Amino acid sequence: MEQFKTLTSTAIPLDIANVDTDQIIPARFLKATDRKGFGDHVFKDWRFHNDGSVNTDFVLNNPKFTGSILIAGDNFGCGSSREHAAWAITDYGFKVVVSSFFADIFKGNALNNGLLPVQVSEDFLKQVLQLVKQNPETELEVHLENQTISVKNSEITETFEIDAYKKTCMINGYDDIDYLVNNKKLIEAFEAQKTY
Amino acid sequence: MGKTLFDKVWDAHVVDSIANGPQILYIDKHLIHEVTSPQAFNELKARNIPVFRPDQIVATADHNTPTQNQHLPVKDELSRKQLAQLSENCKTNHITLYELGHKYNGIVHVMAPELGITQPGMTMVCGDSHTSTHGAFGTIAFGIGTSQVAQVFASQCLLLTKPKSLRVTVNGKLKNGVLPKDVILYIISKLGTNSGTGYFCEYAGDVFENMSMEGRMTVCNMSIEMGARGGMIAPDETTYDYIKGREFAPKGSEFDKKVAYWKTLATDIDAQFDKEYVFDAEDIEPMITYGTNPGMGIKISESIPEETDASFKKSLDYMNFQAGESLINKPINYVFIGSCTNSRIEDFRVAASYIKGKQKADNVTAWLVPGSKQVEAQIIDEGLKAIFDAAGFELRQPGCSACLAMNDDKIPKGEYCVSTSNRNFEGRQGQGSRTILASPLVAAATAVAGKIIDVTQTIDVLEAV
Repeated sequence: MEQFKTLTSTAIPLDIANVDTDQIIPARFLKATDRKGFGDHVFKDWRFHNDGSVNTDFVLNNPKFTGSILIAGDNFGCGSSREHAAWAITDYGFKVVVSSFFADIFKGNALNNGLLPVQVSEDFLKQVLQLVKQNPETELEVHLENQTISVKNSEITETFEIDAYKKTCMINGYDDIDYLVNNKKLIEAFEAQKTY
Repeated sequence: MGKTLFDKVWDAHVVDSIANGPQILYIDKHLIHEVTSPQAFNELKARNIPVFRPDQIVATADHNTPTQNQHLPVKDELSRKQLAQLSENCKTNHITLYELGHKYNGIVHVMAPELGITQPGMTMVCGDSHTSTHGAFGTIAFGIGTSQVAQVFASQCLLLTKPKSLRVTVNGKLKNGVLPKDVILYIISKLGTNSGTGYFCEYAGDVFENMSMEGRMTVCNMSIEMGARGGMIAPDETTYDYIKGREFAPKGSEFDKKVAYWKTLATDIDAQFDKEYVFDAEDIEPMITYGTNPGMGIKISESIPEETDASFKKSLDYMNFQAGESLINKPINYVFIGSCTNSRIEDFRVAASYIKGKQKADNVTAWLVPGSKQVEAQIIDEGLKAIFDAAGFELRQPGCSACLAMNDDKIPKGEYCVSTSNRNFEGRQGQGSRTILASPLVAAATAVAGKIIDVTQTIDVLEAV
């Protein structure tokens, strides 16, 4: 897994609540057996009309907005457990998703793929969405060690929560498989004496 | 302080706790399917890690399978390859697979309970969010991502932080025509799609105590639609009776021993929940959804609420519905009875008892997709197929089908589908499709009328359920 420490970037404002994983990556693209190329299909049915033409109204197709931070409405990533959603977002080039609330499985999947979910207050979310929409050059700074997200060159800042173990994993690029495999003895001992 | 059902099962599975971090949770059963497992197998191969406990894994092909002509090679090349990959991975790693055509093949959450694989007090995972279904047995069961599938392959464990506890109690007697699907759609419409996030839910009260295992599975299945990773119901005589005698259920004295243990799992009277909701069964009516998330549901007799926020408006625009309007008499051209929510024998019995002696409306395409080969066989044995055939319904072969439309079972752009599945997200049943979630009874009634009708006003409902 890639390490994540800090990031300064412009952002793309996706001001929609309850973005579900079927929108992030529609089921018809889940037939692949590797992790590559899902970025081509991220938000497919919002980026493109059914006839394949580009939907110029959709924010990802607006050339004014660029960057590796996605700012989204409340309850981002609800729905299916498909990790393809996290793969699609990272493959497209995002490293951070900001929202006021993340669905459980998506959040875990993101953390397992070096994609940082930054959960902020509703007020902060509203404020940064507005700033970025008004001025697409607005840069956000995300500092994982300090657990802060700030608008560059401003006083606007907020701290965010992250599980201490997951934070260490993100900063060092560790993943859970390493940890679990290294604890196999413990797991075997558990199996030998489990009580149920 | 007493323990909850969830606490008891969770605590019995903790291998170790990391200071200020997650716990190592042991997983008893791991279910896999073709869509979310290939990358996990690749991961292990790349790291040269063997599958740790292949005997505790069961595989099926369901998401990406055709529901017609299953005896022929799968037409779609990518789907065929994905299915072949599953077969190869299972063979290489000595994992039991119920592939297409196998007598035990079916939707993962229908197949495992009917084979007795799912048992109370277990921990179960699958790379599918509707794994919550198995909670109906008093099992901690939840969906995981593919990285976690790889972790369970490698260690039979997961690193997890214990979720908070939530209890939803529904007491009273359900009205005629109100099915388990209505109960869960009602709960989600009241609580919203994220009220359960970070929680594991227990359903309690006499409504659930009086429900069949099939009904309990329908309820627990949709726990994820209110954000909860899983939902559970305390095991009782209904549970033990269901499990007894099934293929992989414990037998003889082993079964009695297990039952004695299962009886200790119910939530203690003095246990505390982090959050509690209580509803009255009398207030529940047949439900339908009008929007693009499962929380956007109303009683079939109600009108769409008026709300001003942008996401609500976007949702109604997509559905081409107006705030304040009723859905009664809306013409419907597609009806789907199937999915891991409602594709068990009980669901087809309800549908058949309503349909018997009637005809499907000419404008409607109605697909009935059983959850498994066993359900399919039962439909035929019990004479339900004859009823469906006579009424003009199409009984297809088992699979996830039009619930997520990965295969050819897609609802065309702009069309409404009254569906017994679990998600009404934009495009879920095909690009541009519009899903209205409902019970098998409402779906059957819609197919017959060719439009949404108020089943509470139909005398047949009394005979059907």
